[in-house]
Amino acid sequence: MGTNGHEHVIEVTDLRRVYGGGFEAVRGIGFSVRRGEIFALLGTNGAGKTSTVELLEGLARPDGGRVRVLGHDPYTDRAAVRPRTGVMLQEGGFPSELTVAETLRMWAACTSGARPQGALARVGLASKDGTRVKQLSGGERRRLDLALALLGEPEVLFLDEPTTGLDAEGRRDTWELVRALRDGGTTVLLTTHYLEEAEALADRLAILHEGRIAAAGTPAEVTAAQPSRISFELPAGYFLGDLPPLDELGVCDHETAGRTVRLRTRELQRAATRLLVWADGAGVELRGLDMRSASLEEAFLGIAQEASAASRTKEYAA
Amino acid sequence: MSTTATTPAGRMAALARAELTLLGRSRGTLVAAVFVPLALPFSVRSAVDGMEVEKHGLSVGTVILPAAIGFSLLFAVYAALTGVFVTRREELVLKRLRTGEVRDAEILTGSALPAVTTGLLQCLLLTAGCTVLLDMPAPHAPHLAVVGLLTGLVLCAALAALTAGLTRTAESAQVTPMPLMLVSFIGSGVTVPLEVLPDQLASVCELLPLTPVITLVRGGWTGALSASEALTSVVTAVAWTGLAVFAVRRWFRWEPRR
Repeated sequence: MGTNGHEHVIEVTDLRRVYGGGFEAVRGIGFSVRRGEIFALLGTNGAGKTSTVELLEGLARPDGGRVRVLGHDPYTDRAAVRPRTGVMLQEGGFPSELTVAETLRMWAACTSGARPQGALARVGLASKDGTRVKQLSGGERRRLDLALALLGEPEVLFLDEPTTGLDAEGRRDTWELVRALRDGGTTVLLTTHYLEEAEALADRLAILHEGRIAAAGTPAEVTAAQPSRISFELPAGYFLGDLPPLDELGVCDHETAGRTVRLRTRELQRAATRLLVWADGAGVELRGLDMRSASLEEAFLGIAQEASAASRTKEYAA
Repeated sequence: MSTTATTPAGRMAALARAELTLLGRSRGTLVAAVFVPLALPFSVRSAVDGMEVEKHGLSVGTVILPAAIGFSLLFAVYAALTGVFVTRREELVLKRLRTGEVRDAEILTGSALPAVTTGLLQCLLLTAGCTVLLDMPAPHAPHLAVVGLLTGLVLCAALAALTAGLTRTAESAQVTPMPLMLVSFIGSGVTVPLEVLPDQLASVCELLPLTPVITLVRGGWTGALSASEALTSVVTAVAWTGLAVFAVRRWFRWEPRR
């Protein structure tokens, strides 16, 4: 086992997955995850997140390309990989009539190096050990699932939508736990459709769209590629033409809705300064003034729109 | 970590223990799997009295005991396990287990153990019961009965896994085992000994999956099977079992349909 900090724990090359009906869920994606990193796969429903994670977990054989987890093929070399990975599926996976403690006992006996003591307390479920799984709330079930994924102190953790169904507090607790695991050297690959979750947790992320990677990098890199936004209300008696020329402000795109103006710029500081200097000089107040860098959410929506438009253009061209 | 590495036996034992707990909590399965096979042989008793089985070289005991064992295999093992496999698949338990260290064969074997053990204990209990109550002699060829019973247990578990693949919901798992059960009751010598059927029909029925199992059990008691008949039955039983296990490995459905 290499101790190099940049060792790639997960390597994915030109990965493809085609379902029985011919639907191509994963269309040639590639990425790698370093040891001790939290990597998020983002995407809308149907983007291919779960289809991809299942290939990384070794639940199915890829229809093309290659997956390596800890240097092994997770499908064919199951025995080598499984004792070192922990998995939380998108939902369910436990007999509804077993109690939490019985489920824990069963799973611990199937997990090398399991440490069942304290496993429930770690996710705040210690008081539920006698409760049947079917009587747990959706959030409690997610936490039980997480506790079991962590039982064997895995080197690599796959979390498919780990906080879906959790309340705000439960989500924060899970984030804290995942960060603590990362700080302890665990490599985490998670999928989520909560953009703030990816923003809060991920060291790096990839946005999937229709089975392809539409953007990848650190959250800052992905958002930096998107324009910032300025919006305000036009003062009474003023028109858009009364503002300084938009290209001089560094604005790349604009729209108006009633008296509200929305500007997009890749040079927020320049655009903001010139706009405010102009307003000061003209002696007007810009009501509802709002200036912000792109959030991951905007980046995500922008990428999804671009990707859809691109694929439509391609279809027309074909 | 190596000091606490899991073993196949340990993993299967853990699954079996969980499954046994679940069996105890499923009243419907418990009644169908545990009490029905013990009660049914009594209902066959009156029918047997009207069959004039003695003309075919049989006795009440050598009709009822194979019937009882057939009921046990079909209710306690086949029908019960079909429900277990479907329920665990639909709860995504099977999929979740496959993400861990447990191998596919261990998942199926471990989950099947409580039902198979129930079936085995029932068969032993029924054998003892029939021997005492129906005044049966000791079996003439016990090894044939043992081979029949053991292949029957494995075969019924494998057929349950296959039937589960054709079953969409836990509710429909109450119905999907019925065709094979009915065919086996009538055609495999469970309720009607093949000896009583017309020869042509009987030779077709000999090809049914459970027929060699029942034939071997009955033959074990009567000692009426010739060496070649016994061999044919053993080969057919083993062939069906091998085929069923192969089919499970090939076609078993681990996840709900999307």
